[in-house]
Amino acid sequence: MNRSVSKRAFKEAAQGYLFLLPTLFVLLFFIIGPIFYAIYLAFHKVQLLGVSSSEFTGMRNFTRIMVDNRAHIAIWNTLKYVIIVVPIQTILSMVMAAVLNAGLKGQKIFRVIYFLPTLTSSAVLTLIFMWMFNQSGLINELLSAVGLPIYNWLGDPRVALNAIMGMNIWSTAPFFMVIYLAALQDIPSSLYEAAELDGANAFQKFWNITMPSLRPVTSFVVIMGLIGTFQLFDQSYIFSAGSGGPNNSTLTVVLLIYQYAFKNLGTMGYAAALAMTLAVIILIATLIQRKFSKEESLN
Amino acid sequence: MNLRIGIGKIILYLILIGYAAVTLVPFFWALSSSFKPLEEIVSGKISFIPKVFTLDNYKMIFIQQPLFGRWLLNSLLIGVAITVLNLLFNSMAGYALARLNFPGKNLLFIIILGVLMIPAQVTMIPNFLILKGFGWLDTYQGMIIPSMISATYIFMMRQFFVSFPKELEEAAEIDGLGRFGAFFRIVLPLARPALAAQIIFVFMGSWNDFMKPLIVMSSPEMFTLPLGLNTFKGQYISYWNYIMAASMISTLPILVIYAFFNRYFIKGITFTGGK
Repeated sequence: MNRSVSKRAFKEAAQGYLFLLPTLFVLLFFIIGPIFYAIYLAFHKVQLLGVSSSEFTGMRNFTRIMVDNRAHIAIWNTLKYVIIVVPIQTILSMVMAAVLNAGLKGQKIFRVIYFLPTLTSSAVLTLIFMWMFNQSGLINELLSAVGLPIYNWLGDPRVALNAIMGMNIWSTAPFFMVIYLAALQDIPSSLYEAAELDGANAFQKFWNITMPSLRPVTSFVVIMGLIGTFQLFDQSYIFSAGSGGPNNSTLTVVLLIYQYAFKNLGTMGYAAALAMTLAVIILIATLIQRKFSKEESLN
Repeated sequence: MNLRIGIGKIILYLILIGYAAVTLVPFFWALSSSFKPLEEIVSGKISFIPKVFTLDNYKMIFIQQPLFGRWLLNSLLIGVAITVLNLLFNSMAGYALARLNFPGKNLLFIIILGVLMIPAQVTMIPNFLILKGFGWLDTYQGMIIPSMISATYIFMMRQFFVSFPKELEEAAEIDGLGRFGAFFRIVLPLARPALAAQIIFVFMGSWNDFMKPLIVMSSPEMFTLPLGLNTFKGQYISYWNYIMAASMISTLPILVIYAFFNRYFIKGITFTGGK
């Protein structure tokens, strides 16, 4: 009897591992292994060409970040991007979800329309925006139609990052909007009815009932937003053909990591150190956010 | 009273329509540019409806860039392979974590949850070196194998199977089906809604991915559409009619899938949205 039970348990364990085999393979070779490899790389100078070699350099890769002017520009650009994009896309998605939830006709159609940018690839979106901001693109044609001077938007370092910000708010907000929409359905309508009896107007209801009820979801949206915005890469790469130009204005931390890892020789270890630093920055930002929002969103 | 509600409604509709316009104008502009001849594009007059309607741009991209068809096929092949493998392996892993007992199960589950938090940039450089070591750079398997599972959807499938009625499997067992038979014939077909959400997100993620193919693929024949579009833009820098036509073609498959699976899409987001 006992033997048959343990035999059954053994069989079940074997089946469990068999079911998990592909997962374990990827986990080991492409996720966990690489994490340790990344730590190793961050403390070494790696030479890939010719006889590949690596030399232990201690903290040198990390101290180099302190004196690397392009790293400072990239970190500053990325921070600016995060600080502007995250609040705007969060508020926009919350307000649009509330409007969509107001019980108007045609909500489904609007929801489908709003979703288009979220479905479209970053490559296509960047190309569409580059075409709109081009010398003979939509923005300049509108300007000249009303008699205003046209402008070289793409070549101006002051405008480039802003264009990417606008584009990404526009394409990410609908995704969060859907998360908010689902959360709105869970707010009991009795709360609104009670507020109505007390004579609250639409804005007061939004401010005093909707916003507080959405707090856990907001916390989640902000964390997802932080993680996403800190990793800005595709748009900057396509926009600047990989350079981060004009004049480093679209250089982000991830684009810099890419350049040091795959475009410059002998700086792969330094790129790994930059990647570790970025991971730590993202971790700290999420922890700070959680501290601020007080509420646990991921349980 | 009635009048006030009316004004409120009008404002809400104005917001809805205004935002819809903000969303649609860039797409309309891109779409109409893809049907215009180059002369009309550079003429500097606003027109959302092409004065001369032409399909030449769509024909020309395949002639100007003979690899365009290849990129389309590469994206399709990689996207379908990654999606099928994810459906299979994430479900298997989720099922094992939800239903089977084996040593190290909880530790493994914690590791999979932890992996969700690691930004891709940390593993990007080591993965390049590992793929190089395997000899998988510039190959399909180099794109497919590392992406054939996803921690997010393993987690989602586990949650799904935890609340899945056990009786069905027990019935299958009485009918003489083994664990694998029961899983593939009974459990998996009933997990269809969860699988549908995965199909959209995994395929879309692969189809739209830019960074991974940028690192893995080096020869132009192996490019996926987003990479191809980027080089196409570089070559035909002022032929925005071609570039927009190519962009529209590479958007179409996702729109078709979205139209098809729309209702699971919303479900999937709210599910992965940690609600």
